[in-house]
Amino acid sequence: MTTRIDRRMAKLKAEGRPALVTYFMSGDPDYDTALSIMKALPKAGADIIEMGMPFSDPMADGPAIQAAGLRALKGGQTLVKTLKMASEFRTTDNETPIVLMGYYNPIYIHGVDRFLRDALASGIDGLIVVDLPPEMDEELCIPALKAGINFIRLATPTTDDKRLPKVLQNTSGFVYYVSMTGITGSALADTGKVAAAVGRIKGHTDLPVCVGFGVKTAEQARIIGASADGVVVGTAIVNAVANVLGPKGEKTADPAEAVATLVSGLSQGVRAARLAAAE
Amino acid sequence: MNKPATPNSFRTGPDEQGMFGIFGGRFVAETLMPLILDLERHWNEVKDDPDFKAELTDLSTHYAGRPSKLYFAEGLTRHLREVSSAKGLGGGAKVYFKREDLNHTGSHKINNCLGQILLAKRMGKKRIIAETGAGQHGVASATVAARFGFPCVVYMGATDVARQSPNVFRMKLLGAEVRPVTAGHGTLKDAMNEALRDWVTNVEDTYYLIGTAAGPHPYPELVRDFQSVIGTEARAQILEQEGRLPDTIIACVGGGSNAIGLFHPFLDDKEVRIIGIEAGGRGLDGIEHCASMNAGAPGVLHGNRTYLLQNADGQIIDGHSISAGLDYPGVGPEHSWLRDSGRVDYVPVLDDEALEAFQLTTRVEGIIPALESAHAIAHAVKIVPAMDKDQIVIVNLSGRGDKDVHTVANMLGMEI
Repeated sequence: MTTRIDRRMAKLKAEGRPALVTYFMSGDPDYDTALSIMKALPKAGADIIEMGMPFSDPMADGPAIQAAGLRALKGGQTLVKTLKMASEFRTTDNETPIVLMGYYNPIYIHGVDRFLRDALASGIDGLIVVDLPPEMDEELCIPALKAGINFIRLATPTTDDKRLPKVLQNTSGFVYYVSMTGITGSALADTGKVAAAVGRIKGHTDLPVCVGFGVKTAEQARIIGASADGVVVGTAIVNAVANVLGPKGEKTADPAEAVATLVSGLSQGVRAARLAAAE
Repeated sequence: MNKPATPNSFRTGPDEQGMFGIFGGRFVAETLMPLILDLERHWNEVKDDPDFKAELTDLSTHYAGRPSKLYFAEGLTRHLREVSSAKGLGGGAKVYFKREDLNHTGSHKINNCLGQILLAKRMGKKRIIAETGAGQHGVASATVAARFGFPCVVYMGATDVARQSPNVFRMKLLGAEVRPVTAGHGTLKDAMNEALRDWVTNVEDTYYLIGTAAGPHPYPELVRDFQSVIGTEARAQILEQEGRLPDTIIACVGGGSNAIGLFHPFLDDKEVRIIGIEAGGRGLDGIEHCASMNAGAPGVLHGNRTYLLQNADGQIIDGHSISAGLDYPGVGPEHSWLRDSGRVDYVPVLDDEALEAFQLTTRVEGIIPALESAHAIAHAVKIVPAMDKDQIVIVNLSGRGDKDVHTVANMLGMEI
């Protein structure tokens, strides 16, 4: 069966340009603001939305996303509210793919079967669960695939050719290549190495390969987008929100507008990537 | 929760996937997965290698001071017999202390650190990272890093840095860099998150020296095996000193490495009652405790599934304990399995009870126990008077309490 992710990726491939995949933290700094950010993303040129599910102990995330998750939790965000936010988004946008990204425990506590039912009903298309490697596929990956939800796996520089087939085995939607070892929000990796790694992964799969970790500017998006099928931007968006919050969390400007400005720029970067690649 | 069927042996876990029943596993980011598999490969190579064992035994003997003594705590036994008589019971079991406090660095932590530093050396790693709560594991890590010439970074919650300053200074003297972690409540959980972030970033050359029998497979197994020297010795010593096995063994459980080390060699001795003591803090009614197995639920954190303190949304709750070493919202996965299988009883002891046992032991034995170990002693104080005089209890005295004198002085309203 095809999902919104498959359809969107096929469409962009036909257009000959990479996808702009944007991550935001659901519930940061509060439910209503986060929903307005979510709605602003596609309008500003985002092709796929990654919705961060806040977790108290985000072990693979850097300070920016840690802080965003804590702001969201402090604002009362829960897994149930994140799914509700997706449902509300779907009332005005039934095309843009939504991928939930986070850690396993809130899903496990919600109950895997119940979570998959609720996620489908909320219009969720894919999952990225950081702490579920292929060794733990029985937990959520296989049930998700059966339910018709893409399970998107991270591949990293430590995923060598021997391991890659295992990582790709039950992956669907796209492959998320983390361009460096380290936590989210670290410096951008060597772009030449990234292109080589994307080529290496493409030798093992027909799935689109999106690249993340470290992309902050339109120029970086353009360069990464020349070799990858998608460019993931996360920390820069979360920072755009943080930058318009005062010391007590009060809004000094409209976070949705700040995010839209950033994403518009990035969107020009990925759209220029097609021209760059064609040269 | 349904009880799993009673297995023929309680000592065969984990399975090949690193599971103890539903507990354990490898819930880590893909970046770490190849490292964990590499660690497992090396661990499987060395665990039955006579050369590795010989090197570890030699260090344990001449550097750490093993075997640790099994000491008949005559003063405490006499005191508890008086309590028993006063209650008209006329009983009071014999209490023995397994003296891990006499090890080099002052706790059981050195057992695990020596084993893992030899493993790190074999794997060709260049840098050691560790997390610490009370600072005992940080000190033990810094010690073995100094001994073997590794640079060492220790992550420690900022709250713990403040309440365990003597250990912070010790680590610095030993050449380690102590990085305070301000996230969360600034305790062990947050230190572990930060250590994992370091590891995810420095995958090439770094060895993560986990201090407790928790984390992704194979850590719970290898830490248990390095700590099992405690129970193996205690079992042989009590057979030699008393000619029979003990009736009850007791140890405190934070992550649970000293406890699993004592318990594991006794698990198939059905006549031995095994009790793990959780930090009851200020009571189990609220959230000011760390009794994950008495008041928590199974969940996934720090690479394994185990009992955790968490809310209905699966967010981890920061607990509380007077003792920094027990201040952790989870527990090693093998304990969770032993709890559900019914082989081990886990009961809480409150801050105040531990503090009383700390003072009592100091007064009647001339031994200052770690506040962690004082939790185990406190439970012995509760149950021993009702036991018979010919019964035997072994309490794991997992560490010495010199590090805790500031905390205790504070609690008692004294100035040092």
